[in-house]
Amino acid sequence: MPGKPIVEARGIHKHFGALHVLKGVDLVLAERELVFVIGPSGSGKSTLLRCLNRLEQPSSGSVVVDGVDLLDPRTDINHARQRIGMVFQSFNLYPHMTALGNVTLALRKVAGKSRSEADALGSAALARVGLADRAGHTPGQLSGGQQQRVAIARAIALEPRVMLFDEPTSALDPELVGSVLGVMRDLRESGMTMVVVSHEMGFARNAADRVVFMDEGAIIEEGTPAAIFETPGHERTRAFIGQIQRH
Amino acid sequence: MSNWDRFVETFFNAKVMAKYLPDIAYGMLVTVELAALVIVAGLASGLALALLRSLGFRPVNLLIVFVVDLFRALPPLVIIVFIYFGLPAVDVAPSGFVSTWLSLALVLTAFSEEIFWAGITSIAKGQWEAARSTGLSYGQTLMNVVLPQALRLTIPPLTNRTIAITKGTALGTVVAVSEILGMASSAMSNSYNPSPLTLGAGAYLILFLPMVILGRWLETKMAWKR
Ligand SMILES: Nc1ncnc2c1ncn2[C@@H]1O[C@H](COP(=O)(O)OP(=O)(O)OP(=O)(O)O)[C@@H](O)[C@H]1O
Ligand SMILES: [Mg+2]
Repeated sequence: MPGKPIVEARGIHKHFGALHVLKGVDLVLAERELVFVIGPSGSGKSTLLRCLNRLEQPSSGSVVVDGVDLLDPRTDINHARQRIGMVFQSFNLYPHMTALGNVTLALRKVAGKSRSEADALGSAALARVGLADRAGHTPGQLSGGQQQRVAIARAIALEPRVMLFDEPTSALDPELVGSVLGVMRDLRESGMTMVVVSHEMGFARNAADRVVFMDEGAIIEEGTPAAIFETPGHERTRAFIGQIQRH
Repeated sequence: MSNWDRFVETFFNAKVMAKYLPDIAYGMLVTVELAALVIVAGLASGLALALLRSLGFRPVNLLIVFVVDLFRALPPLVIIVFIYFGLPAVDVAPSGFVSTWLSLALVLTAFSEEIFWAGITSIAKGQWEAARSTGLSYGQTLMNVVLPQALRLTIPPLTNRTIAITKGTALGTVVAVSEILGMASSAMSNSYNPSPLTLGAGAYLILFLPMVILGRWLETKMAWKR
């Protein structure tokens, strides 16, 4: 492993009423590590990811990110979340704001930057995702791929220590997937620690340090991309890999 | 005298109109004042209740829903009469103006709360999650992300509802408010001629037709584009 742990989730359980969605999941990431999470629909991938920034409150277990215990009631969760960027399948850009407005909102309101500082940082973030020339466009005027890159810029502008991606390319037309994966690859090369829920096997092969296979709320097995994709140890993993490769 | 002359004499009597024009103008002033106070109080408290409701305290929300449904169900005239003739029994004696203002403001509060609430809940959960994931607090998300989108959606129905309720200022005539209708009907009984009513109708058109047109314009302009 490349460094000391920066994400430590241990013994995570999550119940939604009678539904037991996470059944004691451990996920630990070293600094600069990129972990891929795969698994069938409903296996709890999104829920696990959302526990890592407390969008979802685990029923039990512990989550420590960058040394901050997220489940400690004394933790200022809004402060902690600046350090944990999240990107959603459906982009979730603010439709009433420009791309730059989307990126600078939290810089001004949470990080306390002045408007001019925020604009400078926001423009730099948009430049990093290749959209310097789209700063004044509203989400409605951007393609899906561009919208998702703005969403990535919105997160990285806050200089997070960790980035969480929940199926960032699933809502995109195939020809737009590449631009988003390209930005994610750059981010990875800059040393960002990343947890990626996605079925982009090609990207996983090239970029992931580790692939985690989940089913029915538990981690079934994990290993290098080659190990998981080529020689999975469990029948369920094998069946799942076979299924997504056929698509 | 032909039928036409009699018609003009009855409804468009120039002498009568000239005589009572100042009365109607005064009534217009009272109506504008009453309407403005109803709109300000009704929309402000409707929005405040919707924001309170969004915090999700169950007992508070049940109370809000109950009160809102109550004032949406009662005819405004019943509320006016209740306040004006009923409250003095417990030694509170609001004037006709205050009774009418309070009643219509309560009705507008109830309807606008529902419209604001529908606007807030129509904003996708993903908007909240994206904002909260960048560290914005609940209040910051509401003010910067959710409300600006919700308000835009609520403007057309809100405008229509506000016009409908504000026209209810004419009900004030029942409790002796000297608004347009009140002034026009007393002028009619003093002059034995309905021409002041014509003036009154004209005054209502001058006040409300622009609002109706504004509402129509907002409706087309605010049609949501993504
Ligand atoms: N807020 C919620 N309330 C109730 N049940 C929920 C909630 N969120 C998720 N679930 C349930 O938890 C289970 C796991 O959901 P989750 O979204 O984590 O799965 P997933 O692995 O991300 O699936 P997908 O690949 O379809 O996105 C599902 O059965 C889902 O219906
Ligand atoms: Mg999911």
